[in-house]
Amino acid sequence: MTSTDQTTAGAAAAPETPAPPRQNQILKEIFGGSAMISFLAIILALIFGGLLIVLTDPVVQQTSAYFFSRPGDTFVAIAEAVGGAYAALFRGSVFNYLRADEFGAAIRPLTESLTNATPLIAAGLGVALAFRVGLFNIGGRGQILIAAAAAGYVGAYVPMPPVIHLIVALVVGLIGGALWGGLVGLLKARTGAHEVIVTIMLNYIAFYLISFLLRTPGALQAPGQSNPRSGPMLETAVFPKIAGEEYNLNIGFILVIVATIYVWYLLNRSAMGFQFRAVGENPHAARVAGINVERTYITVMVIAGALVGLAGVQQALGNFTGGIAAGLDAGIGFDAITVALLGRSKPIGVFFAGILFGALKAGAVTMQAAEGIPVDIVLVVQSFIVLFIAAPPLVRALFRLPTPDPLFHWRKPQLARKAEVTK
Amino acid sequence: MIDVRTAPAPGAQVAGSLAVRSWKAPIAFTVFVVAAAILFIGLARDAPTTFRLSNPNDAIQLPELVLPAFATGIIATAIMATITVYAFLRAREARRIPLWVTTVFAIVFLVAFLTWAAAGSTLPMIGLLAGSLTVATPLIFGSLGGVISERVGVVNIAIEGQLLSGAFVAALVASITGNPFAGLAGAVLAGALVSTILASFSIKYLVDQIIVGVVLNVLVIGLTSFLFSTLMTADSATFNSPARLPRISIPLLADIPILGPILFQQSIIVYLMYIAVAAVWFALFKTRWGLRIRAVGEHPTAADTVGIKVRATRFWNVLLAGAIVGGGGAFFSLAAVGSFQKEMTNGAGYIALAAVIFGRWDPIRATLAALLFGFATNLQSTLSIVGSPVPSEFMLMLPYVVTIFAVAGLVGASRPPAATGKPYITS
Amino acid sequence: MKLELRGITKRFGALTANDHIDLVVQPGEIHCLLGENGAGKSTLMNVLYGLYRADEGEILLDDQVQKFEGPGDAMNAGIGMVHQHFMLIPVFTVAENVMLGNENTKAGGVLDLEAARTKVREISARFGFDIDPDAKIEDLPVGVQQRVEIIKALSRDAKVLVFDEPTAVLTPQETDELMDIMRQLKDEGTAIVFITHKLREVREVADRITVIRLGKVVGEAEPSATNAELASLMVGRAVSLTVDKADAAPGDDALVVSELTVTDHVGQVLVDNVSFTLKRGEILCVAGVQGNGQTELTEAIMGLQHRVLGSIVLDGTELVGQSTRGVLDSGVGFVPEDRTEDGLVGEFTIAENLMLDRYTSEPFVKAGTLQLDALARFAAEKVTEFDVRAQGIATKVGRLSGGNQQKVVLARELSRELRLFIAAQPTRGLDVGSIEFVHKRIVATRDAGVPVIVVSTELDEVTALADRIAVMYRGRIIGIVPGDTPRDVLGLMMAGETPSEVAA
Repeated sequence: MTSTDQTTAGAAAAPETPAPPRQNQILKEIFGGSAMISFLAIILALIFGGLLIVLTDPVVQQTSAYFFSRPGDTFVAIAEAVGGAYAALFRGSVFNYLRADEFGAAIRPLTESLTNATPLIAAGLGVALAFRVGLFNIGGRGQILIAAAAAGYVGAYVPMPPVIHLIVALVVGLIGGALWGGLVGLLKARTGAHEVIVTIMLNYIAFYLISFLLRTPGALQAPGQSNPRSGPMLETAVFPKIAGEEYNLNIGFILVIVATIYVWYLLNRSAMGFQFRAVGENPHAARVAGINVERTYITVMVIAGALVGLAGVQQALGNFTGGIAAGLDAGIGFDAITVALLGRSKPIGVFFAGILFGALKAGAVTMQAAEGIPVDIVLVVQSFIVLFIAAPPLVRALFRLPTPDPLFHWRKPQLARKAEVTK
Repeated sequence: MIDVRTAPAPGAQVAGSLAVRSWKAPIAFTVFVVAAAILFIGLARDAPTTFRLSNPNDAIQLPELVLPAFATGIIATAIMATITVYAFLRAREARRIPLWVTTVFAIVFLVAFLTWAAAGSTLPMIGLLAGSLTVATPLIFGSLGGVISERVGVVNIAIEGQLLSGAFVAALVASITGNPFAGLAGAVLAGALVSTILASFSIKYLVDQIIVGVVLNVLVIGLTSFLFSTLMTADSATFNSPARLPRISIPLLADIPILGPILFQQSIIVYLMYIAVAAVWFALFKTRWGLRIRAVGEHPTAADTVGIKVRATRFWNVLLAGAIVGGGGAFFSLAAVGSFQKEMTNGAGYIALAAVIFGRWDPIRATLAALLFGFATNLQSTLSIVGSPVPSEFMLMLPYVVTIFAVAGLVGASRPPAATGKPYITS
Repeated sequence: MKLELRGITKRFGALTANDHIDLVVQPGEIHCLLGENGAGKSTLMNVLYGLYRADEGEILLDDQVQKFEGPGDAMNAGIGMVHQHFMLIPVFTVAENVMLGNENTKAGGVLDLEAARTKVREISARFGFDIDPDAKIEDLPVGVQQRVEIIKALSRDAKVLVFDEPTAVLTPQETDELMDIMRQLKDEGTAIVFITHKLREVREVADRITVIRLGKVVGEAEPSATNAELASLMVGRAVSLTVDKADAAPGDDALVVSELTVTDHVGQVLVDNVSFTLKRGEILCVAGVQGNGQTELTEAIMGLQHRVLGSIVLDGTELVGQSTRGVLDSGVGFVPEDRTEDGLVGEFTIAENLMLDRYTSEPFVKAGTLQLDALARFAAEKVTEFDVRAQGIATKVGRLSGGNQQKVVLARELSRELRLFIAAQPTRGLDVGSIEFVHKRIVATRDAGVPVIVVSTELDEVTALADRIAVMYRGRIIGIVPGDTPRDVLGLMMAGETPSEVAA
């Protein structure tokens, strides 16, 4: 065997271009960088949400009728509508200052936000992980439903000793999500079917499958019931509360923290994650480097499905303990996409994005109760956030921020391959 | 080009042993034969099925067709088995299976299935088929928009959002003006507006087209639900009680047996759909506009080098696609229901997307796919009335399962326009 | 029509691709634009064709200043272009491609395909082409596709015709035919700009030669100039057109390829019953026109092709049927022909790219976990050894120049223990300095006793490096000849004539 690892005395590596002054660079990164864009995107989305609230507020409509005689009234009405709405949002999601006398009650909204965030983070991690491998996992809804049904079945109908029951139900649920996700990976790997189409279709298939099982006695339907709903989870399978019985926050949140750390390790420090990222950035080069791209697609979709499945298990064993229903996905599957995008597909980012959206969800309930603003406003704000984040040039233009370094496009030899192949 | 047939001897030998045979079709046929044997013979339901071929008030009355379920099942299974054997023989010779064989196979299976599923009751065929056409109408508009958009190179996941916005604005405008046609116009504009966002984000800001599409769907659901809960619920008399689009019976044509009541006693929006399908097909394949659209979707750089403005072409045609889909959205609130309801499109946009793929990006095939999906949906509700052994959920699943088979390459090869989904970047 | 470029300047960020370039092309003249890869030839032509907007300077046609907003304007003004990568839509027919953007229509924008067919037939007849207007482009051979490009330009009455590296995909014989077409066009009064970096072609067909280096015009030359004169003008210093290497000292047989056949998914034969043997310490160059099975041959060795028959034995180990991972672990180093597509992950750092195919074991991975310190030390060492010019090992590879990217690939592949080294098109698109570096390393690898396969479409490279030359044509090895075989013999072999026929 021959080693070609000879050492030649080479010239020291010289930088191609002189580095720009350090301070400029830092300022540019702060104002042009992604954290700033994310922050501004959230602000912009809240402004748009406020606009919507103002436009549909009855008081604003009344006062605007006589705007030109007494414009002040209109402005007061606008301020009250928006101020009231966002104050209620804050009360419902972070700290209820109206009950500041009693700390336990005042802090309750924060725990609600975290409870809401739990499935969002789990599902967001699943979507983000797939993103990093270049796969678009829109199948959150299906994976959640299958995982919830699997965990729910064990939780409701298979009695077991405490602790073991919980673990088995959790694991069965994760396997359910993993299989439903893995199916996508398998189809992609074996047939080249586009995962976006497959996941969308599998969402509906899962929905109708679960609907069928929920109305079929002997499958998931509670015995002697006519509603499409399972029986309640057995005590031993319910996720224990972690912040005291008066709060809904349960062990699912701890699991999600563990999942976040796991995904961080997987992507940034593990050999498997290195292969994942290589496939995500350039599957051709990954293949030439000996990485089995097809197997990577399957593996990552199994893991992503399990992560999204964790959200389904959380729904079944934590939030729908009275019995699961076909609507338990509650939009989490799609919210997860926005969470992953806002978190820029990085585990830590997803964690905080999940908490933000969890807070929006929790606050929206209070907003509806206190100000009569429909919860649907959250969907609007959420979609605006993602649209703005996805288009940094738009946000920069709106705020007149400097553009960071002109992007050096990684030039793919565009048409070369095609011209050669069509011989 | 290296051609197998002209390669010298060693190569030819190799070509013989490596010749590509496709076993997909015979295997798929086998699956259906097995299913048929299990359902129609194993789980036989021995009662006659009546097919009613006329409505009671039709000018020309056709006699009812009565088929014995068990016998029909056996005969059908035998025919299908024969076709399957033929398919295996063809495949062994590495020859294609003719389209008409597949068609016969499908029809035989369908008739046997209907006879089996509705054994002992009467199937109103006219109602079933006319209803299928009605259900398929918004799907067809959606898939036409999808075809145009993807042909020009922009993936349109936002069909759902375009349909829903069309439904909402149609109800709103028709209620305020009292004119359903104004509502229809409003729906067209609403669809185009959603497309404007899709086009500007994906073409100008180079945002991933799938992301924009998904987010737009969520945005439209949020906006319409929000406005429904505030505006429309507060004053539904003013904002959500639109006049419906009229149903028109076309003289003479409506009296043709079977076809007349199915095709020509429909809402005006269905007639618009006929025109739209024909127009889109003709324009796409026979006109300069269509040639340029296809060029931009297949090879934008080449189109650019012959002076076609790629981004402008994409932008305006994505708008056009949205307008067509939006118009189809009016169907929900102005023809089917008569008012706007939260999330009333209920995933129709995704079925339309499925039809685009299943129809291989061709307007006629996509229309046929949408009709098939409409038929499956409507059959499900008809069968649930006559009491069928097949759970309705499985009928509702059908379009989605079929689409997965299609993208997995089990049903024909599907090749999307080469440049669809890729932004066009120049320095 | 007379074409004149005055002071054309085009910048991309800090890079000036064209720096005040002046050029005059007379009607009935073939004007060669000569320059090495990255000199700015294509940028200049894209400016002329309206694809890029010039930052300074003007374009004149018959002394009229032109203003091109896009290719449409350039075409209307009478400029046509035969692109290096054909601008044809594979699923369209010849007639549809020719009419696109310039459609004959009947009332209501309905296409008049018959008019387009007639036009194709007319122009084909003029040049003696045999082209079916209704054939689909994807079914046509490359040479014919190029003629469709020419028809496309002529159907728009082009008076100035630009050929951008048109011979890269042609056999020497097809190249000769193209030269004849160019001469015929010239006789009809067309002004022709011929862009190339191949000296032989320039001297054969050019009336005038302009040489570009680093975005600037560095001089004009007569067609009678020698290769050495043109080369030194192009590169800016005296260039040795050969590689310094000692005679090979071949050892035992290392790689035995026998009856290797590769087919694609529709059963088309890509590599046709190929057999050869390679000894330790020799360089076998695989020559041939692009697309004659060389790519698939290397991919088959690397386990990247799925339908492979025959055997590939390396030091007693059968490689056919092994995964790419298995082949790499057997000690095969591989430089793929398209480094940005297949060799590197642009968004990864230099360090990450240096471990791209070494993610399974120590020193970079222990217990499934990356060893970032070991990687950093290794990367720093290799960056120095291979003279990779970058700010640091954390620089993303996508930001490096082509030469530095290729050095990263070489550093990665040559730092493993190798039993076989395969380099496909190792110098494609590189500047002359990098080419010399790459060639030196390849020869050094051979001298260390490793068997080496170099795949190249450039005859200059083949003759400079090879100890033996295998010429491929239509998937077959036409013959294996000594490294000093004359070019004209190699040229005929590349067109499919066996060495005995050539000798006869």
